[in-house]
Amino acid sequence: MDVIIQLAVFLTLLCLGYVFGSRTEHKHYESIREREEQLRQLVVLTSRLPLAGQLNHEARLVSGNVVISVDFFKSVLASLRNLVGGNVNAYESLLDRARREAVLRLQAAAKEQGAEAVINLKFETSRVSGNASQGLGSVEVLAYGTAMIPR
Amino acid sequence: MIISNIEIIPGKRVVEHLGLVQGSTVRAKHVGKDIAAGFKNLFGGELGNYTELLQESREEAVQRMQEQAAAIGANAVINVRFSTSAITAGASEILAYGTAVVME
Repeated sequence: MDVIIQLAVFLTLLCLGYVFGSRTEHKHYESIREREEQLRQLVVLTSRLPLAGQLNHEARLVSGNVVISVDFFKSVLASLRNLVGGNVNAYESLLDRARREAVLRLQAAAKEQGAEAVINLKFETSRVSGNASQGLGSVEVLAYGTAMIPR
Repeated sequence: MIISNIEIIPGKRVVEHLGLVQGSTVRAKHVGKDIAAGFKNLFGGELGNYTELLQESREEAVQRMQEQAAAIGANAVINVRFSTSAITAGASEILAYGTAVVME
C-alpha cells in the first residue's frame, strides 16, 4: 500500500513538473526572443579593447544576473540520462535560458545608463546549493562587462 | 572611483600599480525563503529571491573591494573579476577582485 502511495506522489509531482515546467520554459523563451529583438541595437562584445569610435567614452561596470531552478520532471529526465550518457537536453535548455536572460539584463542595465556598447563580456556560472543532495537544484548565471558611455 | 573589467580605460593613463585588491561576502537567505525555493524546484522558473540576494551580495563585495582600494590610495580598480562558490547548503560566497591603480 505504501509503495502505491509513494508511486502516486512521485507520478503527480512528475506530471506537475512537466506541465508547469514546460509552460514556464515556453513563456520564458517567448519573452527572451521579444526582448532580444528590442535590445539588438546595443552591441555586446567579448573583445577587451574599446572600438575605434569609442576611445573617449566613459567606462563603467555593468552586470546582470539570474537564478533559474530546474523542475522535477527535468531532474528525473536528467538522472535517467546519467545512466546511459549523452547530451542532457533538459539541462542544456535551462542553462541557455539563464545565459540569455543574464545578457538581456546586462543590456537593460547598460541601456539605462545610456551606453553605446558593452565590451569584455564575461560569464560566471554557479550552482545554488539549496538542495545539494539531489543533483542540480538551481543555477545562477552572472554576465558582466564594461559599458561604454558617451561623455 | 572607476571600477571596470577592462585593462585600458579610454582616455586615461595608469600612473601607478598598487596590486591586487579584493572584497568578499558570504550570505544566506532565511529558511522560509529556502522552503519556497524548494517548491519552485518542482515547477521550474526563476528564483527571484535568490537573484536579488546574489545581486545585493555582489554589490557588497564590490563595495568592500572599493574600500580596500581607497585605503591604499588608488583611484581606480581595473580588470575586475567575479567568482562565486557554494560553501554550505543555502549559503554562497561571492568574491570580487581586481587590480588597484592610480590614474591621472
